[in-house]
Amino acid sequence: MNFSDYTAGDFHDELIGRGGRPRAAARALWKYLKALDDSELVERRAACELAAMVAGITFRVYFEDTGVDRAMPFDLIPRVIALREWQQIEAGLKQRVHALNLFIDDLYNDQKIIADGVFPAGMLEGSVNFRSQCKGFSPPLGIWAHICGSDLVRDGDGTMYVLEDNLRIPSGVSYMLENRQVMKRVFPELFEDSGIQPIDDYASQLYDMLASLSPRPADYPSVVVLTPGMYNSAYFEHAYLAQQMGVELVEGRDLVVDDNDEVFMRTVAGLEPVDVIYRRVDDDFIDPEVFRADSMLGVPGLMRAWRAGKVALANAPGAGVADDKVVYAWVPEIIRYYLGEDPLLANVPTWKCSEPDDLAHVLAHIDELVIKPANESGGYGMLIGPRSTRKEQREFARLIKADPRNYIAQPTLALSTCPTITPTGVAPRHIDLRPFVLSGEHTYVTNGGLTRVALKAGSLVVNSSQGGGSKDTWIVDTEL
Amino acid sequence: MLSRLAENLYWHGRYLERAEDLARLINVNANLNLDLPAGLSAGWEPLVRITGSADLYRELYEEVSERQVVRFLLTDERNSGSLKATLEFARENLRSARDLLPREVWEQMNSLYLKGNEQLSGNLGKRRRHEYLRELILDCQQVAGTLLGTMSQDHAYDFILIGRYLERADMTTRILDVRGYDLLPDASEELTPYESIQWMSVLKSLTAYQMYRRHVRLRVSGNDVLEFLLRDSQFPRALMFCLRAVEALLTDMPGDDKQALRTITRLQRNLQEATLTGLRGKALSGLMDQLQIELAEAHDAIRQSWFPSE
Repeated sequence: MNFSDYTAGDFHDELIGRGGRPRAAARALWKYLKALDDSELVERRAACELAAMVAGITFRVYFEDTGVDRAMPFDLIPRVIALREWQQIEAGLKQRVHALNLFIDDLYNDQKIIADGVFPAGMLEGSVNFRSQCKGFSPPLGIWAHICGSDLVRDGDGTMYVLEDNLRIPSGVSYMLENRQVMKRVFPELFEDSGIQPIDDYASQLYDMLASLSPRPADYPSVVVLTPGMYNSAYFEHAYLAQQMGVELVEGRDLVVDDNDEVFMRTVAGLEPVDVIYRRVDDDFIDPEVFRADSMLGVPGLMRAWRAGKVALANAPGAGVADDKVVYAWVPEIIRYYLGEDPLLANVPTWKCSEPDDLAHVLAHIDELVIKPANESGGYGMLIGPRSTRKEQREFARLIKADPRNYIAQPTLALSTCPTITPTGVAPRHIDLRPFVLSGEHTYVTNGGLTRVALKAGSLVVNSSQGGGSKDTWIVDTEL
Repeated sequence: MLSRLAENLYWHGRYLERAEDLARLINVNANLNLDLPAGLSAGWEPLVRITGSADLYRELYEEVSERQVVRFLLTDERNSGSLKATLEFARENLRSARDLLPREVWEQMNSLYLKGNEQLSGNLGKRRRHEYLRELILDCQQVAGTLLGTMSQDHAYDFILIGRYLERADMTTRILDVRGYDLLPDASEELTPYESIQWMSVLKSLTAYQMYRRHVRLRVSGNDVLEFLLRDSQFPRALMFCLRAVEALLTDMPGDDKQALRTITRLQRNLQEATLTGLRGKALSGLMDQLQIELAEAHDAIRQSWFPSE
């Protein structure tokens, strides 16, 4: 593999540093890849595709000729992070998720953070993910977001930022696990002595965390994964995780809540009790008695059972209140308020349009900033200043002035790159990283996470629905 | 296991068996029509009756010809019992429950379905049709073999088998009902060569000819064929064999509700006590009708005991 012409320009490259030399954690990988000639590379790619097919065939055939989803394209070159740096990121993620859980619990109960004037009450009123049905309740351990997927990006100067937190039903962890399986088969030599940290225990960590939430701690807990069904785009992940944990994959119609607020699943041996539900169904659909009455995906009475403490739901309904883009701007304050600590992981510098000084700055620099509304996702309703027309900027200025609380603004980031195999050789492509944080009796962070890569040259869009792929992520101990 | 998945697997078992049986029926009928003189041939109409779709057929088609009946049975989208639809149902029912089965089973079901879609999309010539249906039968057998060779015989496995055997039992009674009615309106001692051919085709519809010759050792006669296809306890497509298999599977099922088991044992008793000698025409048809009703009762009892209530 030829790296001699490789340059990421002004961007921070994850593997190759200044002067075309590999970063310390990537040295062994770089040497290995450089020594591969073209025919070997072709061979490895074929082996990789074969391994992916064998490992991922359960994913692929679900959707064969239905067009619902396809396996995400996979790139052979891993993204590497030094263990030492990762340990700081890990500590930062634990701190952040801990504070966010305290924040959610406070919002649904005493709202001290509002009374103390740290978080504006108006923000809460405008939140579409605040569920008034959850008020006055606190789930076991006070934890609402048991599974969190935070998206991290690295800017041009090398700083790692949290771009957003996904506290509702984050997905992608099955790709992370599958990618590693494939890499181990294709590059066994590299895993033998490179100090790559393992990730394979995710399913058992997830199971232990879920089991620890059981309302009947004395008995062997009955855990299930609740899926909207096989036509959901993440169905393979639901099936995969259920299988890896050895628990039932259920749909709403398999569950029933009795008059005693207890949850059961309908089995051939009759009704069997359910203690913990890892639900992959949106809040709006989980209980037609409480939320959308037309939902066919949910379980009537589930909220009753949850509030009665008869069943644990992960993530808890209403946890999404802390992952809208405006709340995001307050996370540094939230961390300081609840924990009395400075944030270990940086937020992207964010202007809150609700604050008069920030608003003035945003309006004056609208052509340089990225403007995001609170509750849209997937890039909808956004303005990317440098790529917008005057007309669009005027339109957004009007929108912001009409409803300043609904908007935040951030500088455009120069996302870091990683060498990626393209039809014309190895070239830099932009990437992000989604680690997963499990919060129960203990907090667990995956070693690395899912690295997503924008496969089109220059593109910053890593979403699989828009031409994104994924890579294996190596946390490497260089001090071995 | 979840009731919903039990039901899915049960129906998967039924539909895959139905697809196999349908393929065999069409091939055997085509073969039979080649052997019989025009006057004696019952043509293709019996197939419509065997599959219980005579009313629908009359609504859709004005005449009965090979081309039309075969199209109706294989691909007509207005016929929810067509082979194409049956394969689709077999696959859809397996889809949600596939994680309970060896992976190869889903792969085989999937390729079987995709092959069906491909083959059944155009106009099948007679020779290609015969070849495709023959392969389909083998593919269905491959699924059964993979299950037998690689799957734990747990409840998931049991529900597939219960579905398969009930469907097979039902098909055996349907074939005898329709064919038996057409054949031998008067019980005569001497079989004409053509009658013999027709009884042979009944056996062949159930791949029973070879086993019949081995185990009955007599020339093909109506009484012996009936006895073999209804009461043989060793031939896997004989009604009694299917009922015993279902009985054994039901015995291991969880729960206190024994209604399904009671229905199946009563069915065996009635079958054992029935007089088969000289049974022809309306009387044969009557017995088959009764057996079919009891099979339907067994299905209802299974549904009530183990499947989701809504």
